[in-house]
Amino acid sequence: MTETQFWTFFFIILTFGLYIIIAWRSRVKETKEFYVASQGVPTLANGAAIAADWMSAASFIGMAGLIAFLGSDGSVYLMGWTGGYVLLALLLAPYLRKWGKFTVPEFVGDRYSESVRIVAAVCAIVVSFTYVVGQMAGGGIVFSRFLGLSIEWGVVLVAVVIFFYAVLGGMKGITYTQVAQYTVLIIAYLIPAFAVAYQTTGIPVPQISYGRILAELDALSTEFGLSEFTEAFAGRAGGQVDVFLVTLSLMLGTAGLPHVIIRFYTTKTVRGARYSAFWALFFISLLYLTAPAVGAFTKLNLLQGVQGQGPDTLPNWINTWGATGLVTVNEDAETIQTVSNLATSGADLIVNNDILVLASPEIGGLPAPIVGLMAAGGMAAAMSTAAGLLLVISSAASHDLYFRVIKKTGASEKEQMLVGRIAMAVAILVAIWAGINPPAFVAQVVAFAFGLAASTFFPILILGIFWKKANGPGATAGMLSGLAFTATYMIYTLEVFGTGANDHILNVSPEGIGAIGAAVNFTVTIIVSKLTKPPSPLVQEMVEEIRYPQTRTAAVRS
Amino acid sequence: MSDVAHEGTSGVPPEAEDTSWRQRYWKKNLRLMIVLLAIWFTVSFGFGILLIEPLNNIVIMGFPLGLWFAQQGSIYVFVILILVYALWMDRIDDEFGVAERNGEGGYK
Repeated sequence: MTETQFWTFFFIILTFGLYIIIAWRSRVKETKEFYVASQGVPTLANGAAIAADWMSAASFIGMAGLIAFLGSDGSVYLMGWTGGYVLLALLLAPYLRKWGKFTVPEFVGDRYSESVRIVAAVCAIVVSFTYVVGQMAGGGIVFSRFLGLSIEWGVVLVAVVIFFYAVLGGMKGITYTQVAQYTVLIIAYLIPAFAVAYQTTGIPVPQISYGRILAELDALSTEFGLSEFTEAFAGRAGGQVDVFLVTLSLMLGTAGLPHVIIRFYTTKTVRGARYSAFWALFFISLLYLTAPAVGAFTKLNLLQGVQGQGPDTLPNWINTWGATGLVTVNEDAETIQTVSNLATSGADLIVNNDILVLASPEIGGLPAPIVGLMAAGGMAAAMSTAAGLLLVISSAASHDLYFRVIKKTGASEKEQMLVGRIAMAVAILVAIWAGINPPAFVAQVVAFAFGLAASTFFPILILGIFWKKANGPGATAGMLSGLAFTATYMIYTLEVFGTGANDHILNVSPEGIGAIGAAVNFTVTIIVSKLTKPPSPLVQEMVEEIRYPQTRTAAVRS
Repeated sequence: MSDVAHEGTSGVPPEAEDTSWRQRYWKKNLRLMIVLLAIWFTVSFGFGILLIEPLNNIVIMGFPLGLWFAQQGSIYVFVILILVYALWMDRIDDEFGVAERNGEGGYK
């Protein structure tokens, strides 16, 4: 066993043991605990849980690597995935918490109609499922590289541990494991980042010090046939229009993702939901402000390491990562002249985006314990998000579909719990299969889930809260048209479901289509609502009611 | 309808049918929301995307300013915006007697 493997085993066993202990202590018996942790989670803990829920394998493993190669345009992920929290905090979280039940489809079901509830439940399952695939694949990469397992077995191992604590503890177990996972992942992310920053610039604050290397990085990038890091709109073919749309899609998607929204149901009060949003973004920003620095430093170290080297004299990490097939070297080249992240580019050195963060301690020449810690952090990020998503899938399938559509009455508490757990188990099995055959880069898979969330949930939630006249037929038509529009364009432009990839229309990439899908949804919902009967006075009163944190002191109202 | 009649949490019950405070509460909430969202749009889509190229001509500590807004500045502003919203809404809640401060509020 190498030193790196020893430390990886050490940290993986340590952290997995911690999650399992927490899960065992917070195992649940009631549906209210299973779905929303009894609405008793303190604000600060909820913020950390949201952050872990949110920061996925894509954020931890994929994002800095993407930014390294996208350069300035990597901002679509940074602004998109954080800016959505402003929308969430101001426009959705307090109101959904006030209404306060178990799931997002349940809100739209009460607000609009039973048929919208079913559409929403199906959308929640589709969106969460698309997203969970990326987490599984990310976990598999970590295991295959650090523990020498095949990616397939890595995925299975991740699934088994998640199965244990998610099925046992439901939302309550997931919440407190997520707090632990946040702690693990942020430590694992920041330590190497600070170390590399200090090593390269002498200033141990990566957020500030990466400015100093940008000029050098630009020069080196050009030398290896890459675009400059600081040049705007060089990283995405669609240019400014596309960057705008992708950022907007990711923001709307962030605010519309069911697994994030349900985390606001777990606070004690509406006020708690507002402060949870603040803590969540605060915790998230610790990683997101660091990621571009990690991307820049790692890319600089990478390029410096291979400069003037031939295939035989390359740094060690290239060989170790070569075994995973995620790094390839042109053995015929005399010296490495070109570097790329695209498998089809024909460059002398091809590095997959997804390995940059995990390899950053090795690329920067940091000691083995840090490499092991990084692996544990990557696992924490993948698992915490996967668990949150699986809860959404399970609650939508059992709570919103099975018990509302198939078995309408007479389900005991025990039966509801059992169906919830079975639904989760099935979801995990399908996720294993999809995780072994992921359709694209980890971070990209996730971006598609955002497009779907942006074009289905975001508009009908916003209209449900801010426009009393929005009604059931409008919401059904809006969601279905948004979904159909967005999914069609994605399938048209991507090679995901065995279809050929066609050219982008008007420079809109499949990741940016969600913003237009959302506009379609808004328009259709408003037009159809105007043409049909407005909702009942009871529903309109409900909309009125959720706008205020609590019944006014001493005012007796029903 | 005077504001004074509905201020504070003095425990004086307002007349049972009166819900006019709700419109005023909502209007204040909306106004705050619009101001904060305007700032949100300006720093992210404005400085980070639409104006990134002209701003990049200004370089501070190695960072072209537009790039800095896109990768750092906008995120700092987002965090502050949510904090300001939460704090400000506490004030509005107090003003209208719907605050939930006791141990994170009157959880029912």
